[in-house]
Amino acid sequence: MDILLQQIINGLTTGSVYAIVALGYTMVYGVIQLINFAHGEVVMIGAMVAFSVIMAVVGMGLPLPPVVIVLGGVLAAIPVCMAIGYLLERVAYRPLRHAPRLAPLITAIGMSIVLQHLALLIWGRDPRAFPQIMENTSHAIGGAAISSVQIAIILLSVAMMAGLTWFVYRTKFGIAIRATAEDVRVAALMGVDANRVIAVTFVIAAALGAVAGVMVGTYYGIAHYTMGFILGLKAFSAAVLGGIGNLAGAMLGGILLGLVEALGAGYIGEFTDLCQWPVARDLLAERCMADGHVVLFGSNYQDVFAFLVLILVLVFRPSGLLGERVSERA
Amino acid sequence: MTVLLEARTISKKFGGVQALKDVSLTIRRSEIYGLIGPNGAGKTTFFNVLTGLYARDAGEVMFAGKPLELGSPHQVAQAGIARTFQNIRLFGNMTALENVMVGRHVRTQAGVFGAILRTAAQRAEEAAIRRRAEELLHYVGIAHRAGDLARHLSYGDQRRLEIARALATEPQLLALDEPAAGMNATETAALRELVEGLRADGLTVLLIEHDVKLVMGLCDRVAVLDYGEKIAEDVPAVVRADPKVIEAYLGTSAH
Repeated sequence: MDILLQQIINGLTTGSVYAIVALGYTMVYGVIQLINFAHGEVVMIGAMVAFSVIMAVVGMGLPLPPVVIVLGGVLAAIPVCMAIGYLLERVAYRPLRHAPRLAPLITAIGMSIVLQHLALLIWGRDPRAFPQIMENTSHAIGGAAISSVQIAIILLSVAMMAGLTWFVYRTKFGIAIRATAEDVRVAALMGVDANRVIAVTFVIAAALGAVAGVMVGTYYGIAHYTMGFILGLKAFSAAVLGGIGNLAGAMLGGILLGLVEALGAGYIGEFTDLCQWPVARDLLAERCMADGHVVLFGSNYQDVFAFLVLILVLVFRPSGLLGERVSERA
Repeated sequence: MTVLLEARTISKKFGGVQALKDVSLTIRRSEIYGLIGPNGAGKTTFFNVLTGLYARDAGEVMFAGKPLELGSPHQVAQAGIARTFQNIRLFGNMTALENVMVGRHVRTQAGVFGAILRTAAQRAEEAAIRRRAEELLHYVGIAHRAGDLARHLSYGDQRRLEIARALATEPQLLALDEPAAGMNATETAALRELVEGLRADGLTVLLIEHDVKLVMGLCDRVAVLDYGEKIAEDVPAVVRADPKVIEAYLGTSAH
């Protein structure tokens, strides 16, 4: 098996999901310079709602094709998440629009906790397993395997990114969003209703998050009320990597982060195998002879990479790869 | 001539500083009205109050026969007042054409669902917005820069773009905040031609300017602010000879 190619395929899959979630962070940051830390929870609720709908439909035993059932889950998750996104902005953030920046940030963390515990009350503390209804056929390409779910996730993500880019750059409302992001007061003088633009931005971000949630749920096969936390942090790292506030940056950052994580997880064991270093091999001669390997860090360290990337970006290039001049905004 | 805008006893304080004190002035339809004064006289503050960027402390404004709801930039734009900025405030990362298209928001419906669903009405409206924006770029003479990012335009072209964007809101009154600032003689002459053209097309222009020569040559009437108070308002020839104005500009004279 070609490990490199396989890890690239896996990385592209998770990277696509990160990119979609990162878009939600970056869009909201673009218009109101707020890191919406509750966004990861919106993604989680998307996965949970889809789980409930899929379970219910499967339970009814309707003779529907699996793709239709999953699609039904997505279609149910989107409006629920959109409503949550709207409520978050309306209830939690709008009253603090002109407050010092720390206040809405802390509110965002608070909303994240509220949503998590709401999900805990509704769906319980145990991981919920998605029914494996999709026939997950593998396709061999060049010594690696790509599953139909992976293909679906990548294609769907690309389609959403293309759709969002079109919306933001080609429609009148998209132009209003970008104008608001650049200068909210001048945009208002031009007749742009800032409140409406901001609300719509939250709703779009939440809709993207809902789809991402269902993709994660179907890919890993489980949903859990805490899943949004780490996923959200990673997507936030991806948005920072690409340059927060920048749409193309979020997409690039998400894909890159997925690749770094997959390749890191794929190779960290090999690189930290002590038996390949002469000095360590002599010291650990017995164990090296017995097992062949003494691995310092295994692939369970994969989460480390995202945050390593975040730290490196913040130290060496705080504005991100395609970054806007953040200092001008602050 | 009918009155377009009447400001009555506008006052504005910043902390202990009285930036505007009982300023009243009347702008008639289709005139070029100049507002001048030394630095810090309150010209830009008056602009900001008029266009809803600052809340006023006292006074009222009648515009086109109706009281103007001050305080909301959106409503002021809706009523028909558009402005440019002394320190240019374009949307730098958007193209020249898109900058002007934003200005059309005042006069069009902003349907989100229409934008996504691409209804026929929405498509027609967007096409009309684009066409109108192209016309306006052509009008101010920068049609060839339509696809360039605003921040890549030359200084003079950025000023023109701001005017095009303001015109996109279909104003009755166009307020220009020091449009000639930083311009060379050729650019100033071209600007003067543009403003005269606007008036010829029926627009009323309120001009704040440091360049006294430009104001005196271009404006039908001029008001002078000094320390937040209006000290003169008349045709240029009279204002120019007013001892109070000369004093404000040159300091207390020997005689």
